[in-house]
Amino acid sequence: MSAQVLSRSAESRNETLDAGNLPGRQRRSRVMTGVLIAATGIAVLALIALLASIFKDALPWLRPDLLTNMPSRKAEKAGLYPALIGSLWIIGFTALFAFPVGIGAAIYLEEYAPRNRLTRLLEVNIANLAGVPSVVYGLLGLGVFVTWLNLGRSVLAGALTMALLILPVVIIASREAIRAVPPSLREAAYGVGATKWQVTSSHVLPTAMPGILTGIILATSRALGETAPLIVVGAAAYVTFLPSGWLDKYTVLPMQIYEWSRRPQDEFQGLAAAGIVVLLALLLALNAVAIWLRARSARKVRW
Amino acid sequence: MNLTGTMVKRGATSLAVAAMVCGGIWSPAFAQDADLSKLTGEIVADGSSTVGPITQAVAEEFNGAAPDVKISVDISGTGGGFERFCKGETDIQDASRLIKDAEATACADAGVEYLEFEVAYDGLTVVVNENNTTVTCLDMATLKLLWQKENPAMTWADLNAEWPAETISLYGPGTDSGTFDYFVETVLGEDGEIREDFTPSEDDNVLVEGVANDENALAYFGHAYFEENQDLLNAVAIDGGNGCVEPTTEGIQDGTYAPLSRPLYVYVKEESLARPEVQEFMKFYIANAPELAPEVGFVASPDEAYVADAAELEAALGGAPAEAAATPAS
Repeated sequence: MSAQVLSRSAESRNETLDAGNLPGRQRRSRVMTGVLIAATGIAVLALIALLASIFKDALPWLRPDLLTNMPSRKAEKAGLYPALIGSLWIIGFTALFAFPVGIGAAIYLEEYAPRNRLTRLLEVNIANLAGVPSVVYGLLGLGVFVTWLNLGRSVLAGALTMALLILPVVIIASREAIRAVPPSLREAAYGVGATKWQVTSSHVLPTAMPGILTGIILATSRALGETAPLIVVGAAAYVTFLPSGWLDKYTVLPMQIYEWSRRPQDEFQGLAAAGIVVLLALLLALNAVAIWLRARSARKVRW
Repeated sequence: MNLTGTMVKRGATSLAVAAMVCGGIWSPAFAQDADLSKLTGEIVADGSSTVGPITQAVAEEFNGAAPDVKISVDISGTGGGFERFCKGETDIQDASRLIKDAEATACADAGVEYLEFEVAYDGLTVVVNENNTTVTCLDMATLKLLWQKENPAMTWADLNAEWPAETISLYGPGTDSGTFDYFVETVLGEDGEIREDFTPSEDDNVLVEGVANDENALAYFGHAYFEENQDLLNAVAIDGGNGCVEPTTEGIQDGTYAPLSRPLYVYVKEESLARPEVQEFMKFYIANAPELAPEVGFVASPDEAYVADAAELEAALGGAPAEAAATPAS
């Protein structure tokens, strides 16, 4: 900064640019630092308070057989085994359905689609779909999968509904990953005579895969915590069996937590808190896998 | 021991799957004392979230004896449940009130015939904040004045001139619940309309919280939620015409806590009763409800009710020849 600028601002009446008032500006800077730290602190403290209160309620009920017992009217025997397995079935199939369709759509939009109004319309619609409330997908699933395709209140109907729910997010994340692949990579492949599909399948996709996988896992972990659409498409409140096929009935962790939290007995409130801890642990595990995948495949890529 | 158990169970399940694939040829001959451990199949129940815990408790015990029967119990509410039941989607319907005429018509139109069983008693309990020691008893006319749509009471003083002129905040179950229907019909009459400015929730614990944190609140819900929260709430005695009666277990069971003591029901689709697993489940239900209902916060019905249930079920099953049980359920 030149001396001229400094002296001009020193002459001005504008306090914020008053270079002469150094202690004042420094004080202001310190105050703002404090405000920003406080903003962060409120968010973190709220989270810590929430976690602390849940863990406090959950602690007496966190025992290994919580994971392996069937639900029971006796709190000390009650477990969430069917809900845990049901949740794994649902997110497994959800990822399975959303993965190919989501990547396919992303490849088309990034690599193949002509830049015209129709494509832009598609893009805007996908972005909007990502913001549609989840219960709307539940109603769609009830109408299309449960009733019209007659899949009933099955794992398949639930997973298809959830796949629709996360599809926009998967497409958007996959597109971003594909867009991040340097154009020079494509040009080099075209330069040696590769076709469009060869370029896409053997260069663009492998390079973009870590980003795509991260997006899909994060979207799937959103599906894990969703309850509203699954209530609508018929996750049961109480089942005494594990799903053995994709047309079976099922329940999921958030349903089991809800079912416990609405019981009159105090012990079940503790069980509900323990269920929340299990759900959180599963979410963290999924997210950790996403981070690990990203780190592992990022190391492999060389250009 | 455990391992063998699991293996046996797996074997049985795959056998059942194989049998289902073969078009449901496999089906045990109907016997009065069928070996429960060999039963397979699926039972779907839905309906009242009040009755749900009783059916769940029965399912839990039944699965102890018949581990390969798949039972799911949902809690869509009495109204929501009847909608599914009368489309033929469920085998068993939990209900915290009797079936309505409109629902019976829907069932008849869809060709769904059913049996009705009384399984337990519940006392709708009117509660106020624990610091409210003024309001200890209400008669039915006063309750009506409080909940009616036209010119309802707004303050305690509107109910009784000696009470404070504080505005009352009301809490109650949501409109899809049978508890709501029963309360409206009993307090406001057949065509009674309820006021709309109360806070509804399908989760009774939310109602408990509401009253526990508001000195001028009043709510009604199933007796179990009062029992578990006696330190936070006061129950209001109800004067049904014969003086104030506290909602006690005895009063609810012998009917002196009238008219807010109500029976809870289970409806079974007759077509489903052709299946051995449903037959055995219902026998088990009626035999064990008197013991299991109190465990989940309800009062057992008088013995006569269960005797009548058992007779009704016997009559229905007695008429069903063995062939009926052997026809595969579609």
